[in-house]
Amino acid sequence: MTSSNERRNRPALSLHVPEPDARPGEEVDFSGVAIPAAGSVARPDINVAPADIRDLPYTLIRVLDDDGKAVGPWDPRLDADTLRRMLRDMAMVRVYDERMFRAQRQGKTSFYMKSLGEEAVAVAAAHALDRDDMCFPTYRQQGLLIARDYPLTEMMCQVYSNAGDKLKGRQLPIMYSDREKGFFTISGNLGTQYPQAVGWAMGSAIKGDSRIAAAWIGDGATAEGDFHNAVTFAGVYRAPVVLNVVNNQWAISSFSGIAGGELTTFAARAVGYGIPGLRVDGNDPLAVYAATRWAADRARSNLGPTLIELFTYRVEGHSTSDDPSAYRPQGAGAKWPLGDPLMRLKAHLIGLGEWDEERHQQLLDQLGEEVKAAQKESEKLGTLGGEAAQSVESMFDDVFAELPWHLQEQREQALAEAEAKRK
Amino acid sequence: MTVMNMIEALNSAHDVMMGRDPDIVVMGEDVGYFGGVFRVTAGLQKKYGKTRAFDTPIAEGGIAGTAIGMAAYGLKPVVEMQFADYIYPAFDQIVSEAGRMRYRTAGEWTLPMVFRSPYGGGIFGGQTHSQSPEALFAHVCGIKTVIPSNPYDAKGLLIAAIEDPDPVIFFEPKRIYNGPFDGFHERPVTPWAKHPAAEVPEGYYTVPLGKAAVAREGNDVTILAYGTMVHVALATAEEQGIDAEVIDLRTIVPVDIDTIEASVKKTGRCVIIHEATRTGGFGAELAALVQERCFYHLEAPVQRVTGYDTPYPHSLEWTYFPGPTRLGIALKKALED
Repeated sequence: MTSSNERRNRPALSLHVPEPDARPGEEVDFSGVAIPAAGSVARPDINVAPADIRDLPYTLIRVLDDDGKAVGPWDPRLDADTLRRMLRDMAMVRVYDERMFRAQRQGKTSFYMKSLGEEAVAVAAAHALDRDDMCFPTYRQQGLLIARDYPLTEMMCQVYSNAGDKLKGRQLPIMYSDREKGFFTISGNLGTQYPQAVGWAMGSAIKGDSRIAAAWIGDGATAEGDFHNAVTFAGVYRAPVVLNVVNNQWAISSFSGIAGGELTTFAARAVGYGIPGLRVDGNDPLAVYAATRWAADRARSNLGPTLIELFTYRVEGHSTSDDPSAYRPQGAGAKWPLGDPLMRLKAHLIGLGEWDEERHQQLLDQLGEEVKAAQKESEKLGTLGGEAAQSVESMFDDVFAELPWHLQEQREQALAEAEAKRK
Repeated sequence: MTVMNMIEALNSAHDVMMGRDPDIVVMGEDVGYFGGVFRVTAGLQKKYGKTRAFDTPIAEGGIAGTAIGMAAYGLKPVVEMQFADYIYPAFDQIVSEAGRMRYRTAGEWTLPMVFRSPYGGGIFGGQTHSQSPEALFAHVCGIKTVIPSNPYDAKGLLIAAIEDPDPVIFFEPKRIYNGPFDGFHERPVTPWAKHPAAEVPEGYYTVPLGKAAVAREGNDVTILAYGTMVHVALATAEEQGIDAEVIDLRTIVPVDIDTIEASVKKTGRCVIIHEATRTGGFGAELAALVQERCFYHLEAPVQRVTGYDTPYPHSLEWTYFPGPTRLGIALKKALED
């Protein structure tokens, strides 16, 4: 290190390392979170010039007010059946998550990730997109699969890496894949799906198709180069893609300030790329629906990509391997001022006279039974632990379309080793 | 048959395949209107349109990531990475995503795609235009790595790579784009026109991946080579009057073990040559394979002739480059031991 002693008359530089407002033992204080009134943000036409809506990334699009009423220009005016279906899907995600979290604690699998408090992000988007639009999710959008009626047993078999797991036990639990449901395989290397979604959308445009792509990324992973690459390419080629940033404010133990969230909003990244950026109350299912629909309509009309920040809060730990009480105040999620997306939609439906407490309880009971039955069914095919459900030979399949000689040789060695272990 | 240099042969491979398969798209830095800094994609945009051959931003990670998305959509991207030295920002997308997509989805998503890249030194490109990173790709799963050494193979291998159901890294030894440079850098280079492998069919044909070629038959020592080094090996054997068998590997993953084994068992001696750095280079893998399979046939230790474990220097290019002198010393050692 070179000393700067000879320059003693200059002020010493200091490095700023961002720090969240509260750590364990301190009171969490969300009073600084700016929350504009529901209905207060204007809704532009989809063919608006991005330069004319540079205020949108700095506000917050909200539809449901504190009384559960849908207000303002972003109200998507959904019929009661659709609203009830969204409520059902969000509740199902929650019941399923709870069940599988418990299964992990019971030793039936190695790992699980819940999306408590973030259910609207995936479920409302799934309802706003067409069923054949291709989704490039992160590990917290299981709601997409549930909203698209992917069988729970398939999901559970994947979580258990059991004999029914169509991914042959190759992936970490919750890293689902289903081409038919338009759900791209999840990667553990965060952010990689973002440029892939843009490429898929470019492909769709090259071929004159009508399907669009949608991608999700966390606030933390927006710092990856893949984010910059994706938004650059999306803008350059006007790719038909909806780019979502799920700002749940926590990347394992790092608060969003470590990803640049202290300086500006994540939606504001769009400004530099010259594309529209929307900042949305991620706990407001109607706002998520409306923003997704706006962006999807733009994409479908060859108007290009939209960046949507979904402002929400990760209520629980990052995963079953994480204990958030080690780095943030306990119970912070319960104090999140934008509330619980499930409860907000429930209140809205009750306010419309389309729902009541009794029906809600019936729904939860029924979902509980469905999940229990699916669990029983999938556990018949095994859980993780003990002997793997997959054969030793299968380990060498699918590296290439055809097995080359070196993998054939290694497969024989693995079989010999398995035989030696048996003796 | 037409006489083509390697650039023309590669261009022809693109042209033939784009004509046959409307799902093929060509993308990369400067590959569109201009036709690539080495002209490999010249004329493709004019012939097939802007959405089938186009320029990309200078972002190799973005090129690879979006190309993977296009392949997932159902297209067959043939991507140019302008120099192999620039490929590292795309490493995560190629290694963690492209290479493992078939495996992680048990075949639900597959990525037939090619990453082409000019590689290797000998052009006074300094340390950022001369590298040979093939071992990095040989070391990871699910990627095939191909390196041609002449125009005929370049076209046939590229067509095979485009038709392959899995991602292929296709390294083009840029020093031999215009002629079979043999390492005698002080001598004028003969153009491809005078070489039999420059006779290239105009239409479709393939050279299979995973099959080596015996570039020169011989009995006393086997030289394992690929790319530019094939010509260094041939010239060195000729100059020194050594009865060497030169194996042009053509594909390093999967490598043609049968051809290697048969040759080394016949000659009893083996010298491996590559331009890449030595430690952990593909030569180490070849040496291990040879000793595992041919140990009792070997008359001498296997020799490696490689670049040094330094960055590729600019002014000392010919000191670094593994040319005929370095190979000659190793051959002598292998033959005398």
